[in-house]
Amino acid sequence: MAARSTIRLVHGGRIHQIDNIAPTMTVLEYLRQIRNLTGTKEGCAEGDCGACSVVVGYLDGQRLRYKAVNACIQFLPTLDGCQLLTVEDLARPDGQLHPVQTEMIRQHGSQCGFCTPGFIMSMFALWYENPGADKAAIKDALAGNLCRCTGYGPIVSAMQTALGQRDYAMHEAETLAQLQEIRPQTQLLLDSDKGVFVAPTSTRELVAAIKAYPEATLLAGGTDVGLWVTKMHRKLPVIIYTGKVKELGKTIETDDEFSIGAAVTYSELPAALSQAYPDFEQVLRRIGSVQVRNLGTIGGNIANGSPIGDTPPMLIAMGAELVLNGAEGSRRIPLEDYFLAYGKQDRRKGEFVERVIIPKPGAEQRFLAYKISKRFDQDISALCGAFNLTIMGGKLKAARIAFGGMAAIPKRATATEDALIGKDWNQAAIDAAVIALKTDYQPISDMRASAAYRETAAANLLRKAFAETEQAPKQTRILA
Amino acid sequence: MNIKADTDSDRIIGGIRERLAHDSGAKHVTGKAVYIDDMPEPGGLLHVLPVSSDKAHARITRLDLSAVRSFAGVVAVLTADDIAGTNDWGHAGLGDDRVFAGDLVEFAGQVIYAIVADSIALARDAAKLAVVEYQELPVILTVEQAQKAGSTHLAPRTLSRGDAATAIRQSEHQMSGRFVSGAQEHFYLETQISLAIPKEDGEVLLYSSTQDPSAVQSLVARILDLPSNMVAVEVRRLGGGFGGKETLATHFAAIAAIAASVTGHPCKVRLDRDDDMKMTGKRHEFFSDFSVGFDASGRINGLEVDFHPRCGNSLDQTTEVLARAAFHIDNCYYISDLRTTCHYWKTHTVSAVAFRGFGTPQGFLVIESILDRIARWLGLDPLAVRRANFYAAKGRDTTPFNARINHTDLNRLVDEIEQSADYATRRREIDNFNATSPFLKKGLALTPIKYGAGFGTSFLNQGGALLHVYKDGSIHLNHGGTEMGQGLHIKVAQVVAEVLQVDIDHIRISATTTEKVPNTIGTAASSGTDLNAGAARNAALEIKARLVDFLMDEYSVSDEHIEFLPNRVRVGNQEISFGELAGMAFFKRVSLSAAGYYRTEQSIYDPVAMTGEPHRYYVFGAAVAEVVIDTLSGENKVARVDILHDVGKSLNPAIDYGQLEGGFVQGMGWLTTEEVVWNDQGRLLTHAPSTYKIPAISDRPDDLRMKFVDWTSNIEDSIFHSKAIGEPPFCLGISVFAAISDAIAAVQPGAAAIDAPATPERILLALSR
Repeated sequence: MAARSTIRLVHGGRIHQIDNIAPTMTVLEYLRQIRNLTGTKEGCAEGDCGACSVVVGYLDGQRLRYKAVNACIQFLPTLDGCQLLTVEDLARPDGQLHPVQTEMIRQHGSQCGFCTPGFIMSMFALWYENPGADKAAIKDALAGNLCRCTGYGPIVSAMQTALGQRDYAMHEAETLAQLQEIRPQTQLLLDSDKGVFVAPTSTRELVAAIKAYPEATLLAGGTDVGLWVTKMHRKLPVIIYTGKVKELGKTIETDDEFSIGAAVTYSELPAALSQAYPDFEQVLRRIGSVQVRNLGTIGGNIANGSPIGDTPPMLIAMGAELVLNGAEGSRRIPLEDYFLAYGKQDRRKGEFVERVIIPKPGAEQRFLAYKISKRFDQDISALCGAFNLTIMGGKLKAARIAFGGMAAIPKRATATEDALIGKDWNQAAIDAAVIALKTDYQPISDMRASAAYRETAAANLLRKAFAETEQAPKQTRILA
Repeated sequence: MNIKADTDSDRIIGGIRERLAHDSGAKHVTGKAVYIDDMPEPGGLLHVLPVSSDKAHARITRLDLSAVRSFAGVVAVLTADDIAGTNDWGHAGLGDDRVFAGDLVEFAGQVIYAIVADSIALARDAAKLAVVEYQELPVILTVEQAQKAGSTHLAPRTLSRGDAATAIRQSEHQMSGRFVSGAQEHFYLETQISLAIPKEDGEVLLYSSTQDPSAVQSLVARILDLPSNMVAVEVRRLGGGFGGKETLATHFAAIAAIAASVTGHPCKVRLDRDDDMKMTGKRHEFFSDFSVGFDASGRINGLEVDFHPRCGNSLDQTTEVLARAAFHIDNCYYISDLRTTCHYWKTHTVSAVAFRGFGTPQGFLVIESILDRIARWLGLDPLAVRRANFYAAKGRDTTPFNARINHTDLNRLVDEIEQSADYATRRREIDNFNATSPFLKKGLALTPIKYGAGFGTSFLNQGGALLHVYKDGSIHLNHGGTEMGQGLHIKVAQVVAEVLQVDIDHIRISATTTEKVPNTIGTAASSGTDLNAGAARNAALEIKARLVDFLMDEYSVSDEHIEFLPNRVRVGNQEISFGELAGMAFFKRVSLSAAGYYRTEQSIYDPVAMTGEPHRYYVFGAAVAEVVIDTLSGENKVARVDILHDVGKSLNPAIDYGQLEGGFVQGMGWLTTEEVVWNDQGRLLTHAPSTYKIPAISDRPDDLRMKFVDWTSNIEDSIFHSKAIGEPPFCLGISVFAAISDAIAAVQPGAAAIDAPATPERILLALSR
C-alpha cells in the first residue's frame, strides 16, 4: 500500500510537514511545546473544560467548514489534511480583531482570562458556521467551555452581537487551495522509534492495517482513548485511526433503516434520524459538548463498551444492530447482544465496529428517552432511560426498554417489558411494571448517584413515559 | 505650552466610575496574556512532580525511592530530609501543613515526596518505581467519627448574647435539627503553579500563582532557612483564585523553591487537574445543629447553633472562617438571645481552606434554612417570616456582637426588590401553576444579605503601593494586591488617574512583586480595592503635594492658584501639560516616586471571646429566584433571578457587575450541581470536571436581572465611597436554594428541609419523605 510518512496541516497561513512524533502527541502539546504557542491553555486534560478549544478547518466537498475541538485530547496525526486555527490566528496582521474578540472585550466577557482563548475559538466556529444562531444555539455551542469567573452572561451577549458583524476577512480561497493541496490521497503511516500511527483511507486498508498491527489500539474520535493517555498516562505505541476510512464516514438511508458508518461523529448524524427519533436528538445534544460531539463517533461509544454511554441504551431500545468486520469477515448482531459484561464486549480479536443499523420507527411507535445528570449540559448520566413503545387500542403491543447507568452494561429491562406487553396501557400496569423493574437492575452507588436514587428515578422515568403517552399528556419536561 | 480647555468634555479618560474594560481584556482574547506556564522556559528548566499518599491515615513504614532516583531523566527526588528550614508551609504557623509528609500521612492526597526530572512524563514513569509501604491507622472521615474520637484542632469558641436556652424553652414553638452544607472545589481554571529560579548567592526568584505573594516570600524563606530578603515573589496574574490560592499556593511555591535550591536549576511545579483537586483544600463542609424558639409570626426568640465543620487534617484559616460564620449567623435578623458555638473537628481529609465568602455563606445558609423551616412549620410565606425578624428600630438594631445595623437601608432594599421582581403576583401565579401541574413544580424565594466587609483580624487591614512618575509624565503603578480576574488593577489605576487627573493610558500597570511593595496582605476578604487603591491614592496624593509645592515655589503663587485639570495643571492663568510638569519637576530635583501606605482604623475585636466589631462596614443585597423542579427526577432549572445589590458608589460598574454575576452563579453552583464526594476510605471521587460539575453556560438563568441600588448611605471612609464586591454576591446564590426548598414545599409542605447541595438526588429524596 502506498503510504505517506509525513503529517501535513495548514496553520498560520502555511502548510506544515510534521514527522517523527509520538502517535499520541496531542494537539495541545504540539502547540505549547513544539510551536511555543501558549495562547491555548490546559484546564483539565480530559476534554471537559474547553480551555484548550481550537478550531479545525476541513473540506466538506468543495466547502470550507470549521469545527471546535478540544486540543488536549486530540492526537496531532488526526489533523492530517486539516487546517488548525488557534487564538493567535484570529487577529489580522494589521491588528484587526475578529468580531468575537472585539465583543468579548467590549462586553467584559473575560475576567481571569484563562478560559477565554477556548471561548474565543468556540465562538469563532459558531460565528462561521451558524450566523443565525439564536440564544439556545449559542448556549449549546458554548456548553463545553467552562468559565468560573463571569457567570457567562457577558459571553452570551458578546456572541449575540458578534454574529451580526461579518466584516472580517476569512481568506477562504487561500485556505481552500491549501487544503486541496494536502488532501490525503493515500494512507498516512508514521513509523518511528516513537511509535506507529496508521490512518487507512478505506475499509480494505483498515483490515490490512489490523492484520499488520494486531496489537494496535483502534482510535476513532479519541474522546475516550485520548483520556487513556492524558489521564491514565498509558502508553499506546501503535494506533490505527478510523477517522479517514471513507466507508466508515458514510450514512446510508433506505426505506426501512439508517445504516451509519461507525466513524460518523455525533455532529454528523443525519437530520432524518433526529426527525424519526426526536428524543434521540434531545439526549444527543447533551452528550459531552459540541467539541466532544465533533470528535466522538457513534461506533466509538459502542466499541469501548462504556457502561455510561448515552447512545447504547437508546440504540438498544430502537432495536439497532451492529455490523462487525475484520480479518475473518463481517457479521451482524443485535446491539444488545454485543455488551457481555463490564468491560467485555462481543468483539473478537481483529474485529472492528463497522456500522450501526437503526430501523425506522413504525407509525404507532413512540420513542421516549431521558438522561438524568447532576448538571444538565455536558455531564455523564447518572442514568439514561429509553422507551420504544407501540401502543394500539389502549394496549401496549410491543416494547423495547433499556437503561444505561443501571447495570455494568447498557441493558434491556426484559422483566419490565414482559410485565407491560399485551396489557392495557394504564396506571395499574405501570405500577406492576415498576415492581418488575426492580428485578431488572441492581444499580450501584457512585459519585454520580446512589443505588437508591437510580432505582427510584428509573421507575419514575417509566411513569414519565406513561404520562407523556396518555391521551391528554401532562407537562413533564423542564425544558419544554 | 498652553492647552485650551475643552469645556464640554473636559474630563480625563478612565477616571473613577467609568465602565472600563479589564486591563488585560485585549490580551485575554488574543492569547497574549501570559500566565506562568506560558512564560518562555528558562534554559535548564526542570519539572517537578509532587507525589501524594493514596491512604487517608497511615504511618509510612518504608519509603524506598532509589529506583526513582536512578531513573534516566530524574535529577533529584525531594523528601522532608531536603528541607533546610521548617517543614511547614502553613500560614497559621502551627506546623501542621507539612511540605512533605514525613512518616505520617493524614489525608489521601498529602504530598510525600517530589520528583525533579527533565519532563513531567519522565517523572510519572519514574514514580511507578517508588516503594511506599504503609501501616494503616484508624481513619476519621466524618464529623460524627471525629466527635466520637474527640478528634479536634481547638477548643470550641462561643459567640453569645442573652440566654438562648431559656428563650427557646419559653417560646410558643420549638424546633431543632441538623443542616448540612457541602464542600466546594475552587476550580480555578489555571491549576496551582510556581516557577522558581535560583539566583546569585542562594537567592530565589519565584513566579507563583498566589493571592498572597508576601506570605509565599516569608514562608518559603523560612522553609529554605533564608532571610526574607533572599526570596522574591512576582505575580502578574492568576487564572482564577477564589481563595484557593490564598494559602495553598505557598505549598507548591515551596516545592519549586526547594527543587531549585537543591538542583541549582530553574524548577517548575504545575499540578495537573486531578492532582490539584486531590491535593488542595476546599470550602468547609458544615454540619450545623440548631435549636430555635419562635412565636406564631415566626419571630425568633432564641437560637442555638453548633457549627461542626469538617476541617480536615490541619487548621489553616479555619478559626477565622468559623468566626465569620458565627458573625453572620444573624444575617439580616435581630436575634435577642443567641448562642453560636464553633467546633473544629479534625478529620483525615484535605484541610478545608478559604473560599469566597470565607464562612459567611455557610452561616447565612443556616439561618436562611431555619427561617424557611419556620415558615413551613407555621404555614406562612417565608418572606413574611424573614420580615418579622429583620433588624428594626432601636431595641432591635444591634448584632449579637453589638454592632449597630442600618435597618432603613435593609428594609428599603428589600421593599424595592419585592416590588421590582413582582414577588406577590408571581407568588400567586406559582401557587396556581403548582395546583394544576402534577409533575413540575415551581418555587420562589427572596433572600437578603448583610455582609460584613474587611478582615476580622486588625493587622491585615493595611495596604501598600509604589508609584513612579517618569520625566515624560508616564506613570508606573505597583501595589500589593494580586490580579486574579477581579479587575483590581484597573480599578486601582482608575483611582490614580482620578487623583492625578491623567488619562488612564498614561498609567502602566505592573506585576505584583515583593521587591516593589513589601509586607503586603493577601488579596482576600473582598478588601483588594479598599486597601490597595487606598494606598495608591495616598502615593498619588503625596506626589501631587510635592508637585504643588514645586509649582508654588517655581511660580511664586499660593496653592489656591494651582489646579489639576485633565492631563494638565493650571498655575495662575497658565496651563502646563502633566508631562511637562513632570520634566520640570525632575530638573528642579523633585522626587517623583512615592510609596503609598494605607490602613483602616483599628478594629476592636477579640477573636477568642468573639466580641467587638470585626467589620468595617456592611454590604446589603437581595435576590429573588424562581425555579422549576421535576418531581419525578429531582432535576431543576432556574427560570429567573432578580438581584438588587449595594456596592456603594462603584469605581467601575462594568467590573463590579462582573463580580456580581460571577459571584452569584458560583454561589448557585455551590448549592446545586457542585458536589464533593469522598469514598469510605477517604479518597476523593470527584477530582476532575468529568465528575465535579461547576455551572455551565446553560445553568445561568436565562432571565437574570441585576441592578445596583442608586441610593446608598452611611458609607465609611472607603475609597471614593465604593464598597467591597468580591464576596458578598456569592451569598445571593442562596436564593436559588431557598426557591428549590419552596418548590419542594409545594409537594411536601411539612418536610421541605433539604441539605445542600440540592442535587436531583437530594431533591427527589426530600420529595419522597
